[in-house]
Amino acid sequence: MSCSPKILIKMHELSIVMGILKIAENETSKAGAKEVEMIELEIGTLAGIEFEALDFVWPTAVKNTVLEHAIKNIEVIEGKGKCMECEEVFSMKHIYDPCPKCHTYLKGILQGKELRVKALTVV
Amino acid sequence: MCGTCGCGGPEGTVKIQKPGVAFTPDHHHEDHHHHHGHHDHSHDHSHDHDHGHHHHDHHDHHDHQKTIIEVERDILQHNDVMAARNRGYFEAKNIYAINLVSSPGSGKTSLLERTLNDLKNELSFSVIEGDQQTMNDANRIEALHVPVIQINTGKGCHLESDMIYDAVKQLSPKDNSILMIENVGNLVCPSMFDLGEKNRVVIISTTEGEDKPLKYPDMFHTSDICIINKIDLLPYLNFDLEKLKMYALQVNPRLQFFEVSATTGQGMEKWYQWLKKGQHKSH
Repeated sequence: MSCSPKILIKMHELSIVMGILKIAENETSKAGAKEVEMIELEIGTLAGIEFEALDFVWPTAVKNTVLEHAIKNIEVIEGKGKCMECEEVFSMKHIYDPCPKCHTYLKGILQGKELRVKALTVV
Repeated sequence: MCGTCGCGGPEGTVKIQKPGVAFTPDHHHEDHHHHHGHHDHSHDHSHDHDHGHHHHDHHDHHDHQKTIIEVERDILQHNDVMAARNRGYFEAKNIYAINLVSSPGSGKTSLLERTLNDLKNELSFSVIEGDQQTMNDANRIEALHVPVIQINTGKGCHLESDMIYDAVKQLSPKDNSILMIENVGNLVCPSMFDLGEKNRVVIISTTEGEDKPLKYPDMFHTSDICIINKIDLLPYLNFDLEKLKMYALQVNPRLQFFEVSATTGQGMEKWYQWLKKGQHKSH
């Protein structure tokens, strides 16, 4: 792999793809299959993943692996928080979004941090 | 290609090395495979627990030899499992592990040097240094006669829990000590990787922008402590300390601040008190 600055900056997406690959390789071999036809991922918008970076590193990372020809389906999970003051449930674009009702920053994140391999179709 | 650090060649592989000890490629190879788990089946134990979830007979739909496997597994599971292993080890030995994270150039190593120098007669320390290249930081710590090990991540931009697992085995920190882990200078990637630390400390210096917490929220969100370094330079800079704190608190309302200068020693006493208290608590 060439060492372009873009790859260096966005290296953690590569680590994520390698994590996905490890799971896919394990499952494929356990199922006695040859390769993955489709992989379904769940990724939250607050998980710290840049989808563009993920797409950028994907082809290089999966080359000559069970995922090389796999269709990748990503279910994007929108961020959702619950205010710890007034219990309002609200959608979050950023981790630092305040409660729209009482404007406090104290909240629990209900969803949006997901980074999960949901399903694989192997052949 | 290397699975963890994403490197393409030998110059990009992970090396774990003590200052003054020659690096042996054989060890490196073991380490390397260890990280990837391709050859090390013991690493895959965690996956076995999930067998029950598959219920191949129930969930799998056979259609022209196609099999749908409902995996439902966290991508960072391997890192999280290894972090939990580290955490158990630290707890058993009463080691207070701290993960120091920041941008490059915030003064992490200088802050660490000053802290070690001032407290090493009172508290027992060991250090794991993470950098892409060079033994420079480990050599700086070694000069203070504190046990240290360097992890060179090659092209990798963050430390992962299995690197810490391997490094700790070589370092064997004393019981009842503080383990300082200086992560690779990077405000993005290290935030996702739990190393098994008790506390995460983010360091920002007054020569950076006040809006860094908003630009890199994940790191501030996952930290417990924010050290603002280089406050001795404030008179010469157009830096709004209160604004920085306000932004950081928006990201993480629980964040606790220490304003210090690792150069002049200003404000360091409060940070030391916090460290001593934390070390005491883990007894």
